[in-house]
Amino acid sequence: MAMTLPMVMLFFCFHTLPLFSGFFYSLTNSKGFGDFDFIGLKNYIHLFSNTKVINAYGFTFKFAIVTTILVNIISMILALALNAKIKFKSALRGLYFMPNILGGLIVGYIFNFIFTFVIPAIGKSITSGSLSTSILGNPSIAWIGIVICVAWQAIAFNTIIYISGLQTIPQDVYEASSIDGAGAWKTFWKITFPLVAPFFTINMILCMRNFLMVFDQIMSLTGGGPAGSTTSISMLIYKNGLTGNQFGFQSANSVIYFLVIVVISVFQMKVLNKREVQL
Amino acid sequence: MINVKKGEVKTDKRNWPITIMLMLTSILILIPIYMAVMIAFKQPSEMSNDIAGAFKFPSKFSFSNFIEAIQVTDFFHTAGNSLVITIFSVIAVVLISSMVSFAIARNMERKKIYKFFYLYFVSAMFVPFSMLMLPLVKQMAFLHLDNKIGIIFLYVIFNTPINTLLYVGYLKNVPVSLEEAAYVDGANTWTLFWKIIFPMMKPMHATVAVLTALAAWNDVLLPLVLLSGGDGKDITLPLAQMMFQSQFGTNYNLAFASYILALLPMLIFYLVAQKQVINGVMNGAVKG
Repeated sequence: MAMTLPMVMLFFCFHTLPLFSGFFYSLTNSKGFGDFDFIGLKNYIHLFSNTKVINAYGFTFKFAIVTTILVNIISMILALALNAKIKFKSALRGLYFMPNILGGLIVGYIFNFIFTFVIPAIGKSITSGSLSTSILGNPSIAWIGIVICVAWQAIAFNTIIYISGLQTIPQDVYEASSIDGAGAWKTFWKITFPLVAPFFTINMILCMRNFLMVFDQIMSLTGGGPAGSTTSISMLIYKNGLTGNQFGFQSANSVIYFLVIVVISVFQMKVLNKREVQL
Repeated sequence: MINVKKGEVKTDKRNWPITIMLMLTSILILIPIYMAVMIAFKQPSEMSNDIAGAFKFPSKFSFSNFIEAIQVTDFFHTAGNSLVITIFSVIAVVLISSMVSFAIARNMERKKIYKFFYLYFVSAMFVPFSMLMLPLVKQMAFLHLDNKIGIIFLYVIFNTPINTLLYVGYLKNVPVSLEEAAYVDGANTWTLFWKIIFPMMKPMHATVAVLTALAAWNDVLLPLVLLSGGDGKDITLPLAQMMFQSQFGTNYNLAFASYILALLPMLIFYLVAQKQVINGVMNGAVKG
């Protein structure tokens, strides 16, 4: 049909073309304006010795891995609970999904207040030394605040995905399992989990991908600080690439960033797909 | 027909322990919202440095913070921008993506080029926006598209991969025999699509619309980088919160009133369309 070709061309111009020109700029010393020279692979070599870049990768990975695991464990438990024969089912599901519809930036501002004022106030009242100051001000633990805030929102979405997975499991499988005398723990690991494995795969890939791209919540929680300890890769590209005269250098950074995301996603798909079973 | 949902444990008794546990843990979801509402209604003088300062009821519910926040952040203007961007993105995405996906889904088995288009779109899902944003900002400014129209246009582009995946996945389960019958009756592809296929894809339209609306309404990064050089007349609601952060200063009551205002349209929409939103997401997970 005639509609497809224009769409493919537009997509090429506004998605693939920037991708190529990003690669092109990564080979230059462009500041984002004015003249520039080709400098070959110099940007790429400098990437690996730039502490800001290395720290951003370190933080982003630590954050993404911890948050992915945390979110998936809690989401799975919540999904099992919300899929059980409970009272007020649709109201509870509605409530647990709510954080997902709220904007990450504004949720970040609200959590910023909680970490800065509320938690320290609680800490003081129970005279706990470690809780009496804001965790967002401490370079070594500020990232935990971001984990909590992002997880609070992401759990909502992943829980719904797991619930839709649980609903695809036919009832007679459970009946057979209970006739065979399997307990709840065994039923989960031998029956439920293998059958929702495709949804586990989706969630793991989506989580990892989204968390590696984290931006909004960091903007409102820490702005990348303290001392740059929570600067994610996206944030570094935005800050230094757009306003810090490092257009060419950050383009090289984003090429590596892109490759990293592709490799991780493909790896996850390969490993996790193997575990899936078909009913 | 017996209407038993799959995957549920079939006992006659409701599981009260789990119900109560879920109700208790839901406090963790409600507390930040509750706190934000309380602070938004309070005056700065009521903000003591203890826990009560954040959680106690205000001495009187006054809308003065909200009125001031509306003026400071030019709320109706920025909310209007967000609304226009979201609505037009959703309409454009549903119309264009469904049409393109139909063409792809019905041709990809027979023609290699359509199979290629499909893989081309879907594989673009792995490209992070921050990788494209530096060159894209230049390109859009050059084309004078660093405004609302440009944002809507880019949302259509950037939502194409996921929407193609969803629509094509859905169309795979729609039998072709129906279309063959329509062709026999003399319908052309255009009337066939609008009369039969488009209405039939309703569940997937809901999914696509919900996902696009949430992404467009809450997005920060694209408007932030695209409008950075402009005069600020097109700034969106989340962006306004960021830009006026310095003007709020230490007046947290004013800031929280502004946050509540910014969250309110989506919350109201969710209250009205909660079922459709949740079903939309669940539907996308199963069919996608």
